[in-house]
Amino acid sequence: MAKVKIEKDRCKGCELCVFYCPLKSLELSSDLNKRGVRAANFKKDAKCSGCGFCFLICADRCIKVEK
Amino acid sequence: MKNEFLPPKSLRDVNTHYCSGCGHGILHRLVAQVIDELGLRERVIGVAPVGCAVLAYNYWDFDVSEAAHGRALAVATGIKRSRPEKIVFTYQGDGDLASIGIAETLHTANRGENLTCVFVNNACYGMTGGQMAPTTMIGQKTTTTPWGRDPAFGEGWPLKVSELLAPLKGVSYLARSSISKPQGVRQTYQYIKKAFINQIEKKGFSMVEVLSPCPTIWKKTPIEAAKWIDQEMVKEFPLGVIKE
Ligand SMILES: Cc1ncc(C[n+]2csc(CCOP(=O)(O)OP(=O)(O)O)c2C)c(N)n1
Repeated sequence: MAKVKIEKDRCKGCELCVFYCPLKSLELSSDLNKRGVRAANFKKDAKCSGCGFCFLICADRCIKVEK
Repeated sequence: MKNEFLPPKSLRDVNTHYCSGCGHGILHRLVAQVIDELGLRERVIGVAPVGCAVLAYNYWDFDVSEAAHGRALAVATGIKRSRPEKIVFTYQGDGDLASIGIAETLHTANRGENLTCVFVNNACYGMTGGQMAPTTMIGQKTTTTPWGRDPAFGEGWPLKVSELLAPLKGVSYLARSSISKPQGVRQTYQYIKKAFINQIEKKGFSMVEVLSPCPTIWKKTPIEAAKWIDQEMVKEFPLGVIKE
C-alpha cells in the first residue's frame, strides 16, 4: 500500500489535499503547527491508493507519496 | 518503479512566501519537474516577473534572471539572441504580461522568438493588494472596481491573451489550463512540457496560460477559489490547446 508523508510544519492549511482525497483519508489536525495553522494529517489507519492527488495539489512541498 | 510523487530536484527545499492556497507554488513545481524531466537544468535560464512570483529565483535551483515589470519577454529575447544554445523561459503574471507588458508580449510573439512563456492568470494584481487586471472577470470585485468590473463604466472586458496571440504567424503553440484540481495540474504539466519541447525543436514562440487561484485577493477560502475557477473562470477562459 502507498504511504503519504506530510511535513507538518510546512503546511499552510489550505485544505485542498483534504478536499480532493478520493478516499477521504486526510484531515486537518486538531493542534496547530509552527506556522500557527491546522496542518493536514493522514488519518489513523486510513487507506491510500497512491493516486497522488494530494501531492499534485499541494503548493508547499509538504506531501510525498511513497509506493 | 519511478516515483512521480516526489518534489523535483530543481525545486529548492525552502518554504515559499505565498499565501495559503496560492497557485504559484504548484506552478513552480511543475516548471521544475519539466526541466528535470527534459534534463535541461544546466541549459535553462528563467526570467522572473514583477508580481508575487518576483522571488521565484529563491525557489528554483537553476539560473534565473529578474526583469522590470512587464519586460520579461524583452529580457528573454536578449538572452536567447546572445546565447541561442540556452533554453529560455519567462514566468509572468497577468498584470505583468497582459497589462504593463502587453507591448512586449505582442511583439515578442509576433517576431516569433523561440521562447517559452508561462502565463499565470489569476484575474487580479496579487502583489500590490488586489487591483483590477485586464483579465479580471465581469462583476468581479477588486480594490479598483469596488462594485464589480462593469464594461458600461468603461472598464472593458476580460482580455483573452491566448486568443489575441493565436492569429500571429510567429506563434507556434498556445494552450490554456487550470490548476484548480489535480487533473488540471497533470494537464498543465503536459502543456508546459510541450512548450519547452517546442523551443528545443526551434519551432518559435510557445505560451501556456494557467488559470491559478488567488484566495487572498478573491476573498475566498482555497476550496471556494478552486471551485470559482471551475465554475466561473473557465466560462470566460475556455481550457484546451488553442494553437498547435
Ligand atoms: C514599472 C512598475 N509599475 C508598477 C509596479 C507595481 N507593481 C508591482 S507588482 C504589480 C502587479 C503584478 O500583478 P501580476 O503580474 O498579476 O502578478 P501577481 O502578483 O498577481 O502574481 C504592480 C502593478 C512596479 N513594480 N513597477
